[in-house]
Amino acid sequence: MSTELTGAEITVRCLQKEGVDHIFGYPGGAVLFIYDELFKQDKVKHVLVRHEQAAVHAADGYARSSNKIGVALVTSGPGVTNAVTGIATAYMDSIPLVIISGQVPTHAIGLDAFQEVDTVGITRPCVKHNFLVKDINELATTIKKAFFIASTGRPGPVLVDIPKDVSQQKAVFVYPESVAMRSYNPVTRGHAGQIRKAVQLILEAKRPMIYAGGGIILSDAAAQLTELVRMLGFPCTNTLMGLGGFPATDRQCVGMLGMHGTYEANMAMQHCDVLVAIGARFDDRVIGNPKHFFNEDRKIIHIDIDPSSISKRVKVDVPIVGSVSDVLVELIKMLKVRKEKPDQTALDAWWTQIDLWRARDCLKYDRSSSIIKPQLVIEKLYDVTKGDAFVTSDVGQHQMWAAQFYKFDLPRRWINSGGLGTMGFGLPAAMGVQFANPGNMVACVTGEASIQMCIQELSTCKQYNLPLKVINLNNRYMGMVRQWQEFFHGNRYAESYMDALPDFVKLAESYGHVGMKIEQPGDVESALTEAFKLKNRLVFMDFITDQTENVFPMVPGGKGLSEMILV
Amino acid sequence: MRHIISLLMENEAGALSRVAGLFSSRGYNIESLTVAATEDSTLSRMTLVTAGSDDVIEQITKQLNKLIDVVKVVDLSEGDHIERELMLIKVRALGKDREEIKRLADIFRGRIIDVTDKSYTIELTGTGSKLDAFLDTIERSAILETVRTGASGIGRGERILKV
Repeated sequence: MSTELTGAEITVRCLQKEGVDHIFGYPGGAVLFIYDELFKQDKVKHVLVRHEQAAVHAADGYARSSNKIGVALVTSGPGVTNAVTGIATAYMDSIPLVIISGQVPTHAIGLDAFQEVDTVGITRPCVKHNFLVKDINELATTIKKAFFIASTGRPGPVLVDIPKDVSQQKAVFVYPESVAMRSYNPVTRGHAGQIRKAVQLILEAKRPMIYAGGGIILSDAAAQLTELVRMLGFPCTNTLMGLGGFPATDRQCVGMLGMHGTYEANMAMQHCDVLVAIGARFDDRVIGNPKHFFNEDRKIIHIDIDPSSISKRVKVDVPIVGSVSDVLVELIKMLKVRKEKPDQTALDAWWTQIDLWRARDCLKYDRSSSIIKPQLVIEKLYDVTKGDAFVTSDVGQHQMWAAQFYKFDLPRRWINSGGLGTMGFGLPAAMGVQFANPGNMVACVTGEASIQMCIQELSTCKQYNLPLKVINLNNRYMGMVRQWQEFFHGNRYAESYMDALPDFVKLAESYGHVGMKIEQPGDVESALTEAFKLKNRLVFMDFITDQTENVFPMVPGGKGLSEMILV
Repeated sequence: MRHIISLLMENEAGALSRVAGLFSSRGYNIESLTVAATEDSTLSRMTLVTAGSDDVIEQITKQLNKLIDVVKVVDLSEGDHIERELMLIKVRALGKDREEIKRLADIFRGRIIDVTDKSYTIELTGTGSKLDAFLDTIERSAILETVRTGASGIGRGERILKV
């Protein structure tokens, strides 16, 4: 007879079996037995955050930057409700996470017990799947399923809710090697006939465009994408989620597209005759008004692992359901076999047109300004880190400038909340990135509004000696809100100012970090250089930037891609 | 257009709420929904009646398939199928009306399953429109109570939805 383990022991053993090295969490009544077991071992290192939202964001940053599954552990009730923002953030960007939450004992469920919420109900719309484990004998299999579901198909967060009594009861521990679920069999390989049709369309293209999204990053297909783009000589644009999927410094990269995409990317997107969409979902911030998008005639090939992403916002001609990396391998193979090339004369003419659009220099800004321009800070950040840093961001103008001006040549280097747009994401995500990539440079580009949504994590950073570099673009406004108010609300800046700001230098110092305040454009580069020399310290850099700077180009909401507001 | 969608799902706590939640969160409409365990007690069979454009219905079936607990989905309206709904209706039956209501129930192949000196309770199955037609034949004020199950559907002939 095998020895029996408690539910808490089983939970921790499962994490060990899954090779989890870090979990991010915060203890509380319902998870005390699990914490007790974590205490007794040292394989799974627990990172104590200061708020559950940060636990999930950190696990998320860990997952995005490493292609491993991020794990968070929170208690019942407020532990879970605090975690919801983090879970929804991961869900919108399809990030593989396993969240373990404590629940009140099974006999108390439904009785409005202390720290009870309907966790499965509250999280249901923002998880890929969730479980309430009522039977100790199903605990190990359920956790195995959670890891399986989170990381396969279109990835996403999976939550396992464990009542306190289940974590205390005993059962024989058997961790299944694999799980088969009759209701869940995600497709990986694309349909060969469909790929053949795609090849045909690609070869017939006169004005082709490759539009690659977060799916490239999630399925580790950057190498295949790069091979395809170079082999065809086509222009390639990356979405906000796909930055780094194709090297930004490559001539064939026309930059990011969408609401704040480059002029050349949006124009090429609008005027192409064959569009190859890969791991992207034609989001409203990407193609603007779908009706306007269809003013131009084009054929669309759409490769995505999630059938429900295909023909959701736009009708496509050649849908290919499958893992982006597998499909690209097949596509490249078939193109090589065909040995044909698309019409080179037409392609040259197309590039001439694109270069004309590019010459518009849509990202230009006043480089001689006597006030610090936020774009300058990002450019200098790029120079000082030689493009080799992991960059997380919060949400708003600074996020867009980081996306526009930091040239990401590698995948998993750009970490931001694209779908949900969660302010407060940047700092805790950067912690997760640093845990997954010790020794690498990690910068968090933020603003004075966003940073205050999870600033308590400076304490976590101190505890674990995380040498992050916080780049605070401080314009004393919720900049993106202010920009919309300037453009669309008659310059009435309703509640978008930031008053009574803390002295960020002193704040950083009070947490035991280094603080810097930079007010002159001439000091930007030297300050950044100095900060990155402090390899073992977190440096909080408060850049006092131009209050009125706006993000350009801009496709106003409801407008078409070619209806950009330009500088 | 009206569609009748059948699905098999794991018979687990919360599975129904995943389907209902999907419809409300994505703004799809549900005309009716019936669910019960099948002969295999680990599976539930659900019949959903919804309406929408072809694009919306395509999204609905894709989103349903995406739910982890859903094993199979079929749009019954894509082919020949049979659908039935059960209605229980309590009507006032007094004096000469008693005979008339009994006759109407017979015409619609309904069965009277409960009788008092003032009322009949009639059981009627058929398509939704047949049940509507029956209701239309009875004077509004005589209807004391109705309860309908919503449609259940099954494919005709060899069309089978099974794991």
